[in-house]
Amino acid sequence: MRNRGLVILIYVFLTIVAFFSVFPLFWMAVSATNNSQTVLSGTLLPGPHLLDNYNNLIANQNVGGAMKNSLLYSLSQTLLSLVICSLAGYGFEIYHTRNKDRLMSILLLAMMVPLAATMVPLFQMMGKMGLLNTAIGFVLPSVSTPFLIMMFRQSARSFPHDIIEAARIDGLNEMQIFLKMFFPTMRATYAAAMTITFMNAWNNYLWPKVIMQTNDSITMPMLTANLIAGYVTDYGMLMLAVLLSTLPTVIIFFLLQKSFTEGIAGAVKG
Amino acid sequence: MNQKQQTATTPYRRKMTLQKKQNMIGWAFLLPAAILILWMCFYPMFRALLLSFQSGQGARLSFAGLKNYAFMFKDSIFIQALKNNFIYLLIQVPIMLALALILAALLNNKDLRFRGIFRTAIFLPCATSLVSVSLIFRSMFAVGGFVNVMLMKLGVIQTDINWINGSAITARAVIIIALIWRWTGYNMVFYLSGLQNIDSSLYEAARIDGANGFQQFRKITIPLLRPTILLTAILSTNGTLQLFDESFNLTRGGPTNMSITMSHYIYRTSFENVPKFGYAAAMSYVIFILVAILALVQMRVGDKR
Repeated sequence: MRNRGLVILIYVFLTIVAFFSVFPLFWMAVSATNNSQTVLSGTLLPGPHLLDNYNNLIANQNVGGAMKNSLLYSLSQTLLSLVICSLAGYGFEIYHTRNKDRLMSILLLAMMVPLAATMVPLFQMMGKMGLLNTAIGFVLPSVSTPFLIMMFRQSARSFPHDIIEAARIDGLNEMQIFLKMFFPTMRATYAAAMTITFMNAWNNYLWPKVIMQTNDSITMPMLTANLIAGYVTDYGMLMLAVLLSTLPTVIIFFLLQKSFTEGIAGAVKG
Repeated sequence: MNQKQQTATTPYRRKMTLQKKQNMIGWAFLLPAAILILWMCFYPMFRALLLSFQSGQGARLSFAGLKNYAFMFKDSIFIQALKNNFIYLLIQVPIMLALALILAALLNNKDLRFRGIFRTAIFLPCATSLVSVSLIFRSMFAVGGFVNVMLMKLGVIQTDINWINGSAITARAVIIIALIWRWTGYNMVFYLSGLQNIDSSLYEAARIDGANGFQQFRKITIPLLRPTILLTAILSTNGTLQLFDESFNLTRGGPTNMSITMSHYIYRTSFENVPKFGYAAAMSYVIFILVAILALVQMRVGDKR
């Protein structure tokens, strides 16, 4: 009897936590269909103002441009990151020597370096190279991360050495082994790395805020944040912008939830 | 003897060259990534160190020794920001990690129904960008907004609370609530994947010995998850000391800098009004040193227990 009460308590607790987890997103979506006044009145019902909010938003802001920028920056970062970090993870593990291990532990220190410390020098470097307001400028500082290298290094550890030896005897060169043997077998790792990198790139805010100084180069999160700059906030329009900038990552979340969870815990598993 | 040596060295030498070749190929594989980290992380870190010994406005800088570091302790906004970061760290991180741990332990139970739905729901906030989180919570907690309306309907409060600009405590509370909302599911995922490595027969044996759920949690789950707990503690500490988006967009640092974070203040010093790159760099080294020290402390404590 006591046990049954406990079970019910667990379900109630989990339901409450799940409710609070989903509620702000539900509220955001509902608010995108209401005008500022009804949002503030505390309504939880969808309203008729979705189209008005949309028209207001595109009249004030270059939403299409920001969407295109965000996509361009995030996709380039994802593609380049996967190539560079998977090559490195493979190199560190398959050809490992003591010096390579030493280098890896030095590179890991990069995880502790705060962006607040590097942003001014990086900003100056990008300025000198003429990379302000460009996708390359966005991508360069975060394309190679110790986290992703570790993740691919971890998966290379589970890649059987016999296969590599056999492929060498069959006359494949080292690059071909990587492309034809490693890449296809590690699809799950690539999917996980892809999801996590895309999400991080899409949601990145501080760095683009530093280097994207023209209106034509801003990202979706930047555009959304700009909407609260005025004295009066149009909450309906604001929540629609939030909805639009959240939609791509939420879609990816639902399509690739398994990869996403593996991506988060990716470098951890031994 | 001589004969023997020769037969032994020839294949050995050939193997060495093959190994050398492969060693070089290995370096070629990892070099682009390594160079990028050295160039885009360590080099700017070094440049920031040089900057921190310089003072001046904009591009006109001159050597100033430790002046920037000395100035920090007289700068009340910086001290407030430092305090705020520690308030967020000390209140939010323990609550969030405990909640994540409890949720993971509950969801690890295979007999639980709707497990997938619960997990997805609790994990969903991770798909939201920090800017979106900040703006959603800013709007929900607005004067006359949803939270105030609901609390008044429930009779908890009589008049509107100005959560975001009213007082330091409420502004910080909203940031902490938003942080817990955004990151609990994220940490839960670490624990869930750690729990999968724990042999379920351990729990069965404990149950046969008469241990209840709470005892199992204390005696099995927590000790075996210690490495994962340590990792999440380090990651959360690192993240909390670098908070920017929430301070910048949720409360805008207000009321009068009472909820501002160090990163936010560094950004303001670097890019708003009159840029003071040297002073900003000095402050950023404080974050770096704190992150490093706290990571070391946590590793020590985590290993000892």
